[in-house]
Amino acid sequence: MSRIKSCFAQLKENNKKALVPYVAAGDPNPEITLDLMHAMVKSGADIIELGVPFSDPMADGPVIQKASERALIYGTSLTDVLGIIKTFREDNNETPVVLMGYLNPIEVMGYEVFAKAAHDAGVDGVLTVDIPPEEAQTYIPALKEFDLDPIFLLSPTTTKERMKLICQYASGFIYYVAVKGVTGTSALDTDEVARRLKIIKEVTDLPVGVGFGIKNAETAAAIGKVSEAVVVGSALVNLVEQNAHALSNAEGNEKIIKEISQVLLSMRSALDA
Amino acid sequence: MTTHKQEQAPQKLSDMPDESGHFGQYGGIFVPETLMEPLNELNQAYVHYFQDQDFLAELDHDLANYVGRPSPLYFAERWSRELGGAKIYLKREDLNHTGAHKINNTVGQMLLAKRMGKTRIIAETGAGQHGVATATVAARLGLECVVYMGAEDIQRQALNVYRMKLLGARVVSVESGSRTLKDALNEAMRDWVTNIDNTFYIIGTAAGPHPYPAMVRDFQAIIGREAKEQIQEHEGRLPDALVACIGGGSNAIGLFYPFVDDMDVSMYGVEAAGHGLETGEHAAPLCAGKPGVLHGNRTYLMEDRHGQIIPTHSVSAGLDYPGVGPEHSWLKDIGRANYVAVTDEEALKGFHDLTLTEGIMPALESSHAIAYVTKLAPTMDKEQLIIMNLSGRGDKDIHTVATIDGIEF
Repeated sequence: MSRIKSCFAQLKENNKKALVPYVAAGDPNPEITLDLMHAMVKSGADIIELGVPFSDPMADGPVIQKASERALIYGTSLTDVLGIIKTFREDNNETPVVLMGYLNPIEVMGYEVFAKAAHDAGVDGVLTVDIPPEEAQTYIPALKEFDLDPIFLLSPTTTKERMKLICQYASGFIYYVAVKGVTGTSALDTDEVARRLKIIKEVTDLPVGVGFGIKNAETAAAIGKVSEAVVVGSALVNLVEQNAHALSNAEGNEKIIKEISQVLLSMRSALDA
Repeated sequence: MTTHKQEQAPQKLSDMPDESGHFGQYGGIFVPETLMEPLNELNQAYVHYFQDQDFLAELDHDLANYVGRPSPLYFAERWSRELGGAKIYLKREDLNHTGAHKINNTVGQMLLAKRMGKTRIIAETGAGQHGVATATVAARLGLECVVYMGAEDIQRQALNVYRMKLLGARVVSVESGSRTLKDALNEAMRDWVTNIDNTFYIIGTAAGPHPYPAMVRDFQAIIGREAKEQIQEHEGRLPDALVACIGGGSNAIGLFYPFVDDMDVSMYGVEAAGHGLETGEHAAPLCAGKPGVLHGNRTYLMEDRHGQIIPTHSVSAGLDYPGVGPEHSWLKDIGRANYVAVTDEEALKGFHDLTLTEGIMPALESSHAIAYVTKLAPTMDKEQLIIMNLSGRGDKDIHTVATIDGIEF
């Protein structure tokens, strides 16, 4: 069984919801990411979503755009990100890791080469924001050949017909984008999310994670009541931004890790309450 | 999902793109999920209204009475004689309202926006020509208009920024990434994804997700259709070569498309070689880039070995873009069109050449086409014919040219 599948199975057995933090790899410097990943697991993360920096993050709001820019100052590449995950796997063989990013770095590497390298590094799922299933006829088989779950987004504008199409190809979990807009900008409407999730559940048995707009323990808990997973990104990356470059890398990294851990702990206890 | 073009057997080059918006391996729809349904709606409207007689009549009426079409096809007699080769005809898109070909497309997309009931218009702009052309048609209909422009370009093109403001548009300075056209496009996409219910995004070039490359081409193809008739009137035959500059490639595809099945007509797209292709400081993805995925389509890009988009350079802000319309990528690969590049220096010489020999001051973008014609024409016979797209006028660039020539006002 894949790590993602067994993770959700175990959570379900314990009647718990998945807490899925997102951070951009290499933000604000390459040294932090490995320690941050381990710290997030300690603070209650069930799945880690690791952003692959891209020069033109079209679907992201200013917070995650700047994260990409900070990471790219150090030239953090897709190959570097896979290297970090490989090291992470030396000490952690349970926590699923999902890559989130844009198609072009994968396109340039080649789908097959990427899928093999990602599998070898210990990646479990791949969420590529700008490849809809219609364009993914060679991308999906490449991922599946190497036991990687293709994670797809559903959005408030997705029709039920499209939901069916997308869920045919998706595995691992479905990521529901809770707002029309980019990451980190708007406040979400919990009732509306609940209504949409009901429709999604008519279409698929896959677990559903909800992201875009989850800012604190309170919204996390509210969304956790209606979905299997809660994805939190910009709220964490904000903490990176506040501490990036203010201190020396070592001091800054320590502070970032501490603050992100605190937020995750509070979300964890709100989700479990 | 079928379009009027795709009902025929796909045997002619002009039948592209296919139903899903692909030109061979290029084009397509590579966008976040939230945009899939809005793009589908847009595609349905595009397919529907391109067969709707009322729509087409209104478009023709606006092109004639508001834009000032047809634009002349002018025989540049003195310039042709000086170059001592082919006869050169200039398609005078510089004489359009707002001074460039951009308005052909904004008039068309605005009519679509109106029929789709959208009340808010957004656009990206590099040199500001598309921004001005969008602000212009938005003013005419009294619609809210927001134009995204890279902070770098805002400095380079202060005159156009002020023009847009006079036209009632809000110009948003984009501070992310390289702070140029590509970042303005990212920001416009982000706006669109957030405000899809009431907002129409008028993309200015024949790039982006399907149906934009095909739709922008179809609105710009008026250039080539007119030129084809006009050259028949002047010369009684088709031209031997077409030349146009290429940033995203909308003026070029507008000229090329109606000739694409006329295999005896050669086509030359001229990219910006900036400081020289060998320096890496240029904006010539077709000449020196590789295929990749950016801004919703697969196409030639300027990218590093990790797939990050790299900064571009051109003296002309309108060509300063790391991608290109997908149809050009396809025409390159199948060998139907030739893609070449000229440097900043060559383009500036072209600017002065045309100004002095014909009394026509070209945009720096179009000056790239001029520079290539000065190389191509002398290699051709005196009976042969070139049509060059003079895509815009040079008023907006006078400050840039003066600065380069060391002149202060």
